[in-house]
Amino acid sequence: MPADPRRDPLPMESTLSALTDATFEEEINAADQPVLVDFWAEWCGPCKLINPILEDLATEYDGRLRIVKVDVDESPDVARRYEIMSIPALVLFQEGVAKKRMIGAKGKGQLVQELAEFL
Amino acid sequence: MADPRDVLIIGSGPAGHTAALYTARANLNPLVLEGEPSSTSDQPGGQLMLTTDVENYPGFVDGVQGPELMTIFKEQAARFGAEYHTVKATKVDFSVRPFSVWADDDEHRARAVIVATGARSLMLGLESERRLLGYGLSTCATCDGFFHRGESIAVVGGGDSAMEEAIFLTRFAERVTVVHRRDALRASKIMQDRAFANDKIEFRWNAVVDDILGDGKVSGIRLRDVNTGDQSDLDVSGVFVAIGHAPNTDVFHGQLDMDDNGYILTHDGSRTSVEGVFAAGDVQDHIYRQAITAAGSGCMAAIDAERWLEHQSVTPANW
Repeated sequence: MPADPRRDPLPMESTLSALTDATFEEEINAADQPVLVDFWAEWCGPCKLINPILEDLATEYDGRLRIVKVDVDESPDVARRYEIMSIPALVLFQEGVAKKRMIGAKGKGQLVQELAEFL
Repeated sequence: MADPRDVLIIGSGPAGHTAALYTARANLNPLVLEGEPSSTSDQPGGQLMLTTDVENYPGFVDGVQGPELMTIFKEQAARFGAEYHTVKATKVDFSVRPFSVWADDDEHRARAVIVATGARSLMLGLESERRLLGYGLSTCATCDGFFHRGESIAVVGGGDSAMEEAIFLTRFAERVTVVHRRDALRASKIMQDRAFANDKIEFRWNAVVDDILGDGKVSGIRLRDVNTGDQSDLDVSGVFVAIGHAPNTDVFHGQLDMDDNGYILTHDGSRTSVEGVFAAGDVQDHIYRQAITAAGSGCMAAIDAERWLEHQSVTPANW
């Protein structure tokens, strides 16, 4: 029997807060700083690899950048609205508007470089 | 930490982790530059990080998930003191001893180096790939299959990786078309049997992908029959490419001898063209390419490096 694809080989706990279909809109619009949204899922290995990097960035850029996570499995509506077709996908919102999208896992240096204009 | 180190390992798939386990148990305090996150197989943990069921790694009766297997490998090596840095080696100098390897702005020096950077999946080389990557074209079936629930998708390739992806993707897609440039698969018998038995999988034989179609996101692929030259379009929402691999050896050009395809040449076990530099796993193997053979060659490289270091310490004139 093939293993259940939803079985979790790398359980992950993140210190970053999670937004859902229900809370996304309000939180993104209310933010007074840029918000980087990490679209991810439990079954996505590369998503898990970048979580520690995002946690680091959230600490380093505290007050200048908020980083939140959206589980595409639990919140399919938000993922669909932003036409997410590949994860990890990082979308940067400024004043409620999606300004930049990065697809695929990346190293910390490259992420910082791509986010530089918003920091 | 001692400078230079005894052993530096570049890469963290089955070969790198196994070399780390053995050199750590030999008290050689290995440092592993495990790579950086990416959505291709060039990442910490290597190719297995993008797979699901591994059924042919001995010791796991019911199979094991690829990422789980790599987590276990790493924990086992770390238990004996192997140190891991999540960075990618960007430059090496093997012309002088001790050897130098750079990652970010840091220089790491080591008396012996084990290269285990593995291989990455090849893409088709089309302009449209750059445009549509992440918009229906994916390098990670386990990540992105979910987004094609109930849809039609294409898998390009005829080997084990292609069959594994095609079978995995039938969990989500309504129809998976395998596009292969020959009239027979090169996948193993068991994977072929499973693919042929799966009624969601169709095959387009003797076909190559001329283009990936779509404005903003993938809407189809343009196929060409290699015998007749006839073109036809196939409507799909997703494309997954599994047409083979290339070694991750860019950083070693001019430093280590390689074959025409860039695979590092080894002799007498894991020895490379530079004494004191050893290579293991897919970076030097385009024939077997299995987790178990990579792990085995990682063990060989560790033992070769340990014996070479011992020999150096009793013949210091070589330094």
